[in-house]
Amino acid sequence: MENKDSLSNIENLIYNGKDIGDGIVSSIYERAEKIYKEVVTNDTNNNNIESKLDNILTSKLFGYPIMILLLGIIFFITIQGANIPSEILSNLFFKIEDKLTYLFLNIFNAPDWIHGFFILGIYRTLAWVVSVMLPPMAIFFPLFTLLEDLGYLPRIAFNLDNAFRKSGTQGKQALTMSMGFGCNAAGIISTRIIDSPRERLIAIITNNFVPCNGRFPILIAISMIFLGVLSDNFSSLISTISVIIIILLGIIVTLLVSKLLSSTILKGVPSSFALELPPYRKPQIGKILIRSLLDRTLFVLSRAILIAAPAGGITWLVANITIGDATLLSILAGFLDPFGSLLGMDGMILLGFILGLPANEIVLPLIIMGYMSEGAMIEYENLSSLRTLLVDNGWTIITALNVMIFSLLHFPCGTTLLTIKKETKKWRWVVFTFLLTTCIAVGVTFITNLIYNLIF
Amino acid sequence: MGLTNQSSGISLIRKKFNIEDNNKIVLALAGNPNTGKSTLFNHLTGLNQHTGNWPGKTVDNAQGFFTHNDKEYLIVDLPGIYSLLAKSKDEELARDFICFGSPEVTIVITDATCLERNLNLAIQVLEITNKVIICLNLMDEAERKGIKIDIKKLEKNLGVPVIPIIAREGIGVNKLLNAINDMVEEKIKLNPLRLKYDEFIEKTIKNIEKKLDNILDENFNKRWIALRLIDSDKSILKSINTILSNE
Amino acid sequence: MKNLTGLDKLPVGMTGKIKYMTESSNNRRRLLDLGLTQNSIIRNERLSPSGNPIAYNIRGAIMALRVEDTKNIIIELIN
Repeated sequence: MENKDSLSNIENLIYNGKDIGDGIVSSIYERAEKIYKEVVTNDTNNNNIESKLDNILTSKLFGYPIMILLLGIIFFITIQGANIPSEILSNLFFKIEDKLTYLFLNIFNAPDWIHGFFILGIYRTLAWVVSVMLPPMAIFFPLFTLLEDLGYLPRIAFNLDNAFRKSGTQGKQALTMSMGFGCNAAGIISTRIIDSPRERLIAIITNNFVPCNGRFPILIAISMIFLGVLSDNFSSLISTISVIIIILLGIIVTLLVSKLLSSTILKGVPSSFALELPPYRKPQIGKILIRSLLDRTLFVLSRAILIAAPAGGITWLVANITIGDATLLSILAGFLDPFGSLLGMDGMILLGFILGLPANEIVLPLIIMGYMSEGAMIEYENLSSLRTLLVDNGWTIITALNVMIFSLLHFPCGTTLLTIKKETKKWRWVVFTFLLTTCIAVGVTFITNLIYNLIF
Repeated sequence: MGLTNQSSGISLIRKKFNIEDNNKIVLALAGNPNTGKSTLFNHLTGLNQHTGNWPGKTVDNAQGFFTHNDKEYLIVDLPGIYSLLAKSKDEELARDFICFGSPEVTIVITDATCLERNLNLAIQVLEITNKVIICLNLMDEAERKGIKIDIKKLEKNLGVPVIPIIAREGIGVNKLLNAINDMVEEKIKLNPLRLKYDEFIEKTIKNIEKKLDNILDENFNKRWIALRLIDSDKSILKSINTILSNE
Repeated sequence: MKNLTGLDKLPVGMTGKIKYMTESSNNRRRLLDLGLTQNSIIRNERLSPSGNPIAYNIRGAIMALRVEDTKNIIIELIN
């Protein structure tokens, strides 16, 4: 058969009438309706409760406050609940470390640098990452999965669609943002639910403005250290509120950047929007626990560990190799220092963010390791020892605030950047996202620092 | 199996879905978004794709394997779609696989609490292929809402097996597996619903079908392709071209 | 004269019957595929907090649609 001919033959057969298309769809639906009426009997009024629930969850008065409240409750439980297991874990890890140190130095007679590289570098970073990250993740993920399984996420998209429409995109971006709380790479993959390529690209570029699970520990720890201390009794509450404010800031930046993009380089009118609000379903608590623990928590944790281990070792080396009188780390940090102080931070913090490119989880551990004079991380006893260390290194309230803001807005982690490449198929968007987020982070922290210095 | 391996065009479509292993029986899993496709898929394959209660959760087409009654199966989890009339990438993908990937059985999973809208897709799939099993999922939710479905009547209307299941608890899955087995062994008498359109559309279909007879061989469902053509669906040409140029 | 109006004007809790669509292009098909065909029954379930989008009951499913898309769908009010 001559393919070219046959194909153009077929092409000639295409009918160009709108009515006939409508007729086809209508016929199918009419039959569906007929069958439905024949086989389904429905004693309705049973879904009244659901309908009433939706009336509240998406109401003019309560729609937005409930969203924020639910988010707040999740973070409060996470922050409050993670404290004790974190301490237990870190105590355990450092007891093991003592044993390991004894083993290395006294039994194997290992040289100091081997002990330093493996124990003070790799092991301590790992211990930090696990004890600080595991408990909040093990609490946060099941709670978030619970909301997801209930069917609340589409309601968030329903509530927020108008704001996104005004930014030239659509409410499904709110769904992809929600996924970003777990992991930005996962959030970016989930943008495939957005049909319009333009709106999808915007959702990809802005997904990083929701703090992922790797960045929560730094937000939570710093808000506890610098804001939670304002009151002994309400420290969890205060730090919850500050994390919520940071998240709201992230949402505002998302909307502004979406608006900016859709009125400049990604111009276009919002596409049509149709979002199904599925019925609420009874979540299966047992399955949620297992699934979110195994699938999400362990996945994210193992990734963090894989990256934290070498990064910890390398940082220890950088902190202990000396050129002249100074260590390599202090030279690098010193080089970045003037720029850092313009942003209300310092060189070590910026270096932490840069070295933390492979995974945001290790940013805070790296900064801490950098501050320690011997070039290894402190034992994570409790938050107040951490506070002392940070304050001794010149941290003030504006440093804390800007570290949180910078963490929220700065360049995506390596995995996320690779995911952007995979999803957009173009390095151009990776570079663009990297530059855009970095510029915004620098710009915002510069301004907050300027304002702070003018006032105080 | 048999016919499906002969046409290299079909294997090309299969290759697009990364199906290289032609010794397994290929199943397609289609359905509206958020009807529990992934839940059923996980249950059948033992894989652990995360599911969630929002439309569009499964964005990648996943595939998995399982064995039942000494038969090895490969099942493709297609993206959730409302229609096969191919105005979006997902719809095109699902349509191409069901139509040209020649799955041995296409399982259409439907939400028992929202059957009317779900039947739209089921009827469309029935226009493409005979070998269809309809799964009525979320039967527990339907019961909770006071929705009763006459399975026998539905089966008679659609002319293919209808299996009520509760995918997340695995209830009814064995029945489904047996139905798949019976369908593969051609033990089930099928009388699939073929929609009759109005006179004008039917006449146009007949005309085009006749012309298609000269162009396409018997591996193609010409009535359906004709229907797509009069619906001015240009993407179907691209798919046919892919297949023709590889024959 | 029958009570014809845009779908976006259908009050909350009220039901209408779709008469025709003035929408063209791909959007039209998308809406049709969701079941908004001629003579189908549609009910305004609820508004979002800002009043746009609006959630409709279409053939047993709740779908949120924007005013921009629904104003081109002409319905007849049913009491």
